[in-house]
Amino acid sequence: MAHQSELIEKDIFAYLKSHEEKSLLRFITCGSVDDGKSTLIGRLLWDSKMVFEDQLASLEADSKKVGTQGGAIDYALLLDGLQAEREQGITIDVAYRYFSTDRRKFIVADTPGHEQYTRNMVTGASTAQVAVILVDARKGVLTQTRRHSFLVSLVGIRRIVLAVNKMDLIDFDEQQFEAIRSDYERFAASLGFGNITAIPLSALGGDNMIEPSPNTPWYKGPTLIQYLENVQIEGEDREKAFRMPVQWVNRPHLDFRGFCGTVASGVIRPGDELLVASSGRSSRVKRIVTMNGDLKEAVAGQSVTLTLADEIDISRGDMLSAIDAPPIHARHPEAYLVWMHEEPLQPGQIYLIKSATSTTPGRVTDVQYAVDVNTLEQKQVPTLGLNEIGVVRLELDRPISFDPYRQNRQTGSFILIDRISNATVAAGMVIAVAPIEPQKTGLSGLTPLVPDAGNGLLRRISLNEASISGIGVSVVDLTGESGSIEFSVSDSFLGYLGKGNRVLFSLRDIGQLQAVALMAYEHALSFEFDRTAEGVSILIFKRGIRSGNRVSDDGGTGI
Amino acid sequence: MSLNLTHLQQLEAESIHILREVAAEFGNPVMLYSIGKDSAVMLHLARKAFYPAPPPFPLLHVDTTWKFREMIEFRDKMAAECGLDLIVHVNEEGVSQGISPFTHGSSLYTDIMKTEGLKQALSRYKFDAAFGGARRDEEKSRAKERIFSFRSSNHRWDPKIQRPELWNLYNSRIKPGESIRVFPISNWTELDVWQYIHLEQIPIVPLYYAAVRPVVLRDGMLIMVDDDRLELKSGETVQYRSVRFRTLGCYPLTAAVESEADTLPRIIQEMLLTRTSERQGRLIDHDQAGSMEKKKQEGYF
Repeated sequence: MAHQSELIEKDIFAYLKSHEEKSLLRFITCGSVDDGKSTLIGRLLWDSKMVFEDQLASLEADSKKVGTQGGAIDYALLLDGLQAEREQGITIDVAYRYFSTDRRKFIVADTPGHEQYTRNMVTGASTAQVAVILVDARKGVLTQTRRHSFLVSLVGIRRIVLAVNKMDLIDFDEQQFEAIRSDYERFAASLGFGNITAIPLSALGGDNMIEPSPNTPWYKGPTLIQYLENVQIEGEDREKAFRMPVQWVNRPHLDFRGFCGTVASGVIRPGDELLVASSGRSSRVKRIVTMNGDLKEAVAGQSVTLTLADEIDISRGDMLSAIDAPPIHARHPEAYLVWMHEEPLQPGQIYLIKSATSTTPGRVTDVQYAVDVNTLEQKQVPTLGLNEIGVVRLELDRPISFDPYRQNRQTGSFILIDRISNATVAAGMVIAVAPIEPQKTGLSGLTPLVPDAGNGLLRRISLNEASISGIGVSVVDLTGESGSIEFSVSDSFLGYLGKGNRVLFSLRDIGQLQAVALMAYEHALSFEFDRTAEGVSILIFKRGIRSGNRVSDDGGTGI
Repeated sequence: MSLNLTHLQQLEAESIHILREVAAEFGNPVMLYSIGKDSAVMLHLARKAFYPAPPPFPLLHVDTTWKFREMIEFRDKMAAECGLDLIVHVNEEGVSQGISPFTHGSSLYTDIMKTEGLKQALSRYKFDAAFGGARRDEEKSRAKERIFSFRSSNHRWDPKIQRPELWNLYNSRIKPGESIRVFPISNWTELDVWQYIHLEQIPIVPLYYAAVRPVVLRDGMLIMVDDDRLELKSGETVQYRSVRFRTLGCYPLTAAVESEADTLPRIIQEMLLTRTSERQGRLIDHDQAGSMEKKKQEGYF
């Protein structure tokens, strides 16, 4: 099916031209050996002519020697790699397989279904766009099917193929297939998949693998390959706000300063305005530099080098973003954590958190709960052990730029590294900024003028009588604001300051400083900055005014 | 809306990302340059990753002294063109012991001249990261290889302590003496490599193109007579045939295939129509089952 042999022989140039336009799809297969997973993958490789004669010869020899199919071809041997595993008859890791058709190149993450499944599946799924979940038609949806589906949904895969395999063993019965499909859809409703495609298959017999099977005339959907070749994957990431974590600053000489990175999401063109979330500084893109010439635009997935119009301080670990939709910049993310190491999580201990291109020391301050991957039930636990999944709160030594994982898989993911052993001990997916207990009054002055549709929109916050909570110091709490903010200031608010009163702004992160500073500048106010255990606070006041009624209790800010 | 990225553009971007991560996070990286087509692609990607600057690391060639002469010429030319430092390391101990693939067998020869030579060079220059051009589709045990492959201080690869790799987040933390082998083109297939060479017009060693060359037929394989060190066995005669190499190693260990493919499109055409894998022409893989895995544990690339 894969390579049009005739075209290759007659017109290799036409063939090459057509194959330059191929796209790339990464998918994961989930299921146990019993579900026929290895047969399914072996079949895809075989049918796309990715098994060569010498490999087949060694496969035949191996099948006779250690095969489990009574001397017949054992596809599992084609897929197993490591000798120790082969002798034990198990696969213990993620293996990557490659095949291609005329339309697409495929990278398959092949993961086992045994006890290390959580670590391996999450690893394999982290880069996948589609999951093929296998069920045995005779058994239907099992506990392991639920487990696999939960893990796949956790890692953000939205497109699911429910591969109902071994249909030949139930005589290609439509009713049984439909029962499995509706059973699965009922269960999966809570997992938030965008699209579930159930396909009746026999990997062994080739039914509905490549061509529609004559055994299932009642099935009108795509074959497995048709689905994989046609599923829409392109363009998704580029519709999101621009993000580029800076990997490397390229300075070959004094006249060139390029910021290298892979565009995580969105589109960028020369002239576009960019923001550095950590500093709040902005500039415009001057050039998009590549060895093959400057680009007119760069899109999600491309590795590029940007030069900017202004000399602003940017280094590895900073994130360049769209000016109107910056990422969260904070120290306290709340996240899903998948524990991957024999040594359990030590809450309070310092680990290194690598997120995009930044590596920051930090600790888990709180394990909210763990999720049972079989029942999806939440349970209270003191810590997380190998293959356990939980929701935790983190405290980082300094703020980093990120997005919720649901919105952006590239900028919402991180790994946890043990500082002593250097092992990768956990994978994390940011849910949001951890909610901070409201410390103070004075929240009533926050009136959104723009509907709050999450990150990305500018929030205008009114500072007026309602923001004033007493004589001396009033507090405006901005820790609940995740997007860009600006202020509109009433005369009564300025009058309050004019009388020597002060207003303490509690910031979510340092990225909000710019908006507060701008407000102070515009109204000729002064401010003091402080960093405390609670975070960052800014005290705004009118200089030259003697304060009459300052309260001595400054809210623990030390100002 | 912009055009979708093709599979080659995506592979290229991923490889460039990996190259930059290593340059940013390691103190003393090196690129192992084997002169073959995979190395050619890897070097090209490195130039793209750091353009307009040259790649911020040297090239290292572990010379077994049994490379084809054309490979050595090509190597020196490319290093000069790219403006890169080239370190050539020979296991002098092996040379003084007179190790040769003919008298000591392919297994011992490879171990001493390649694996030992590589370890010596990495230790001598204290490289903490070494790029290699291996691909996961080459061989079964490579399918599970990480992109960042952790090696102990004696260069051993232990499948049990490899770190999980998620998203594009690579753990580059090591202790003094330990190192990481990095495979930026892990996800490329042989076809991807050829297509990319074609599209980007990357120079490769002329031995990949078919030409009439002197060969002998030995154990069913065509061995090229590159110099007078290849002693003819009784009954062997030098024949002139149109041959090329699908893979380039040491000359007595790498067999040629009969071919008329003298252009890149014809090479790709031949590759697509052939039914044997590229490593088949390498004698070392046939030594025993799981042989590549054994070599990797001992420190082979």
